[in-house]
Amino acid sequence: MANVQQRQTTTPPAGRISIGHLLQTNGTSVRLLVIVIALFVLFSLLRPDAFPTFRNIQSMAFQASEIGILAIAVAITMLTGGIDLSINSTANLTAVLSALILTYVGPSSPALAMVLAIGAALIIGPICGAFNGFLVAYVGIPPILATLGTLTLYQGIGTVITKGAAIFGIPEFQWLGNGEIAGIPFPFIAFLAIAAVVGIILSRTKYGFEVYLLGTNPVASRFSGINNRSVLMRTYILSGLLSALAGLIILGRTNAARVDFGESYVLLAIMICVLGGINPAGGLGRIFGVVLAMIALQFLSTGMNMALFTSSGANFFKEAAWGATLLIVLLVEYFSNRQRQRRISEK
Amino acid sequence: MPEVFLEANHISKSFVGVQALQDVSLKIEKGEVACLVGENGSGKSTFIKIICGVYAPDQGEIIINGKTYRHLRPIDSIREGIQVIFQDFSLFPNLTVAENIALNDQVARGRQLVNWGTIKKIAREALDQIEIDLPLDATVGEMSVANKQLIAISRAMQQNARLVVMDEPTTALTRKEVEVLYRIVRGLRERGIAILFVSHKLNEVQVLAERVVILRNGSKVVDSPAKELTQEKIVLSMTGHTIADSRYEYSTPKTGQPLLRLEKLSRKGSFRDISFDLYPGEIIGVTGLLGSGRTELALALFGSHPADQGTIKVDGQAVKINSIQDAIKHGIGYVPEDRLTEGLFLERSIGDNIVVRSLKTLLNRSGMVDAVKKHTEIQTWVNNLHIKTSDPLMAVKSLSGGNQQRVVIAKWLASLPRILILNGPTVGVDVGSKAEIHGIVKGLAQQGLGIIVISDDIPELMQVCNRILLMQRGALVESFETKNIAEAALADRLVETIGGD
Amino acid sequence: MATLRRLLARQEVIIALTIIILSIFIGLVNPSFFSIPNVFRILRSGIIVGMFAMGVLIVLISGGIDVSFPAIAVSAMYITVVFIRDTGIDSLVLSFVVAGLIGLALGLFNAFFIALFKLPTLIVTLGTLSLFRGLLLFFVGSQRIRIAEVSPVLSDLSRGNLITIDNPAGGVANLHIAFVFLVVLAVIVWLLLRYTMLGRAIYAMGGDLEAAERVGFNVRRTQFFIYGFVGLVAGITGIVYCSLSREADPFSIVGIELDVIAAVVLGGASIMGGRGTVVGTLLGVLLITLISSSLVLLGISSDWQRFVVGILIIIGTSIPVLQLRQRQRTQSAAQAV
Repeated sequence: MANVQQRQTTTPPAGRISIGHLLQTNGTSVRLLVIVIALFVLFSLLRPDAFPTFRNIQSMAFQASEIGILAIAVAITMLTGGIDLSINSTANLTAVLSALILTYVGPSSPALAMVLAIGAALIIGPICGAFNGFLVAYVGIPPILATLGTLTLYQGIGTVITKGAAIFGIPEFQWLGNGEIAGIPFPFIAFLAIAAVVGIILSRTKYGFEVYLLGTNPVASRFSGINNRSVLMRTYILSGLLSALAGLIILGRTNAARVDFGESYVLLAIMICVLGGINPAGGLGRIFGVVLAMIALQFLSTGMNMALFTSSGANFFKEAAWGATLLIVLLVEYFSNRQRQRRISEK
Repeated sequence: MPEVFLEANHISKSFVGVQALQDVSLKIEKGEVACLVGENGSGKSTFIKIICGVYAPDQGEIIINGKTYRHLRPIDSIREGIQVIFQDFSLFPNLTVAENIALNDQVARGRQLVNWGTIKKIAREALDQIEIDLPLDATVGEMSVANKQLIAISRAMQQNARLVVMDEPTTALTRKEVEVLYRIVRGLRERGIAILFVSHKLNEVQVLAERVVILRNGSKVVDSPAKELTQEKIVLSMTGHTIADSRYEYSTPKTGQPLLRLEKLSRKGSFRDISFDLYPGEIIGVTGLLGSGRTELALALFGSHPADQGTIKVDGQAVKINSIQDAIKHGIGYVPEDRLTEGLFLERSIGDNIVVRSLKTLLNRSGMVDAVKKHTEIQTWVNNLHIKTSDPLMAVKSLSGGNQQRVVIAKWLASLPRILILNGPTVGVDVGSKAEIHGIVKGLAQQGLGIIVISDDIPELMQVCNRILLMQRGALVESFETKNIAEAALADRLVETIGGD
Repeated sequence: MATLRRLLARQEVIIALTIIILSIFIGLVNPSFFSIPNVFRILRSGIIVGMFAMGVLIVLISGGIDVSFPAIAVSAMYITVVFIRDTGIDSLVLSFVVAGLIGLALGLFNAFFIALFKLPTLIVTLGTLSLFRGLLLFFVGSQRIRIAEVSPVLSDLSRGNLITIDNPAGGVANLHIAFVFLVVLAVIVWLLLRYTMLGRAIYAMGGDLEAAERVGFNVRRTQFFIYGFVGLVAGITGIVYCSLSREADPFSIVGIELDVIAAVVLGGASIMGGRGTVVGTLLGVLLITLISSSLVLLGISSDWQRFVVGILIIIGTSIPVLQLRQRQRTQSAAQAV
């Protein structure tokens, strides 16, 4: 109950948006925006020669995309009060199967191979998601356990197919991971497009509205005639689809698919969601926050690398910095919540 | 000369501007059974929390065993032998019966190690005190509500209780279980333990109480021996007004198709052979004890717990209602009993709560929610139902109980239902709002809706309904036309039926 | 009949039956399964997961979750080995004490956030997982260290055997000495949970946190104990790990967290808190180890290992959910009409 009362309404006002209102209802977004700008300024001052350059921004955009897409996949499941731990396994499984298609069909007809590979991914991802949805919505297993099981299962299927080896793609496919349009990396365009589409779905459609309500109070949503099972199914299918798209980008970028690729991505994606203001208990948070959190973390990683360029371990320091950032954000939220409550009780 | 155990003098308490208790004084004698009666929001729970030290009163003092406390702490209250059995019991569902009973004692003694023999012994003795036998090794989570309550009582006994406060203890009990509870209460009294029984059920008050204290709007209005009180006097004191004469006049003749017809509707374990017709413009009340099947019947009509036998006809057509979606398809809406957990999305805005059912009518051609249409829809309902708010973007939890209930009703009205089922429509609603909600319900019926009101509030049913159905043990036992029966007669009849269950 | 049904309602019993049936099946296909060397081999491969699982069990019972323990283990292990390398002090007892203390300190760091600020345990430990490992790799080092080169004592431990039996099939069968650590730890945790008020406080917290406070348990102090204990266990397990693998690799261990949680949950602990036993957890670990290490005996490629474990987790987590639903159905039908 106490937990529930700390939450605030996040519905964007219809028609009249004042700055005051925005600050009040979107404290997380504003805070994140400040962090993003501060980090950019900080690292630009520390490394004016390297950080604020086109090349660097381009390279950061390349790196941020696949994990950003996975974070959005986790975010939508978190909004329903669940979680999807199987995102990375789904991404790798689809990448493996797509790579197999590319390997077999590619030599004779690259174009056909690419169409088939992408088509396969768009089918396999949602199937993986649908199985998660089935376990969560129909069997009733807590999402964290259901997707822990499928994480292992999907990885297992991939291992059986590949015998643990990497499957290589074809050069033509690499454009998906390394190509650019007008200097903007294609993966980043895909990430922004996905963020925009998912953001609009969540904030403007009936389904999105139902996701938030289900995450706020599943009992009330059932009694309001919302088909909880259907909303959950659709959410996990969407999560599977997004994971598959991330898998395709990974395949394109690395030109290879491995079942154990990027094992730290799952926890990283959850971390980005929480930093981005998605409440793990459900019902609260926006995709915009996730995008900002992703950018903030990327600035932090790259900036750390550059600021500590003399050290070979800079890459590792960013991992520590991410963890520290998460803990600091948690503390800041704790104290700002407490202050707000004190203000309310003083009234 | 009976000894006074607890004396509360001139207690006042307010929360954020709302006066919850105003100058309430009360004495409880050793070994007496007192009933604290009042409607929801009358200040009963605040009073309980003050005497167990959870809330500090703004004014007043508490004297226990002759010792005056200005600041009673929970630990003082427990040391003085006050034990409160709250509705949620505060038990550990994952631990055994024995451990639940004995844990408090072991913690209080500062034990570091667990002696399972001692724990069982303590538990056995506590259960013996109330002459109950329960399996000591069973897990509490798997036991019935009644048994959980017995465990909570044993736990209180084990801590040398002198005064046991029971907060609405019979709410979820069957008739038989209530009898067991009565027996235990009488047994405790014989051993000199005082009981403060908090309830709003008149029959319980009359069966058990030696003394009745009635609170209304935070003030004590009655404090007298139970023998000197009649049902009518209690109802009058609780509500502050006599049962209004303005009945719901159902004038439309019952011709043509009934809106809803039930034929021998049954659900195993819940209710059986329920048949009645609901015509447009009718308001039918369904009453009975908890466990009589009244809520289960509503949930079956709403598709949440579908019936397994019998027929439901809407407009003369037999329909299958196997899910909530089915019910909605046939124009049936349901305002649930537990508004806070089943009816509302507390943290979300008033507006979002209103449009949850009607959202699909507020989409533009590309399938997106049309912000302007949504805003208009929200304003319409806020105005129509007089929801008092400065801003529909505020969280719905910021509203009072009465206004929250209007939001739930608005949610269903926005989806243009033809049949509306209201379960406990004015529970936790202040007196003023209550009358207005009754007005809204009557107005809806006059527009041609068929309405079913489920309630155990007899005056409410008398005022709102044109017909009242009485359920008992899952069966429909009687039907009354409100215009053909006097309030008191019905009240007596209901109490008699329910009480003699 | 009723007793049988009650027995079958216990996850431990189901897992134990699965293990027995599976063992008989594997043994029928490949009789070498029941040989002593094979049994010792399986027991040995369960040591690390089993030790971690004891810590995770306590956290899950209390209603929390900890994913940071592998980072604690690898930090404690690597720092201790570096300490040995740099100081030249090579003492078995000292290395366990140092690793244990480092683990304890890191665990208390978790507890600080969880107990004092009441922050969600999954998120906090997710943060510290990154933090601990990042700091380790950046400040302490990222190179593998071969144990034999720095610590003869730990190196000896890695070759130590508890039981050595002549194998009739030739050679000898050894049960690794580290198995003792698992057994001792399991007994300690069992005693703690069953016979101390602290243990009962952990169960009570998992059952109903608010009620636990009302009864008078010191919830904060208990949380400090829980996460500190997990850290301590992780630190010691880290040392055992490097001794078994004969090298200190700062990139190892992390990644095992979800597998350990899966084993504990399979053993009947509830992710919602309040339920879980030492015996069940050991059985869960044993089942997963058994499957992982015995597929080959069945003539199945070890590539199938993850697949089978995944199926196992899904079935294992479905059972309690379906049982609960069944019970609720029969209960509502049993209510008097």
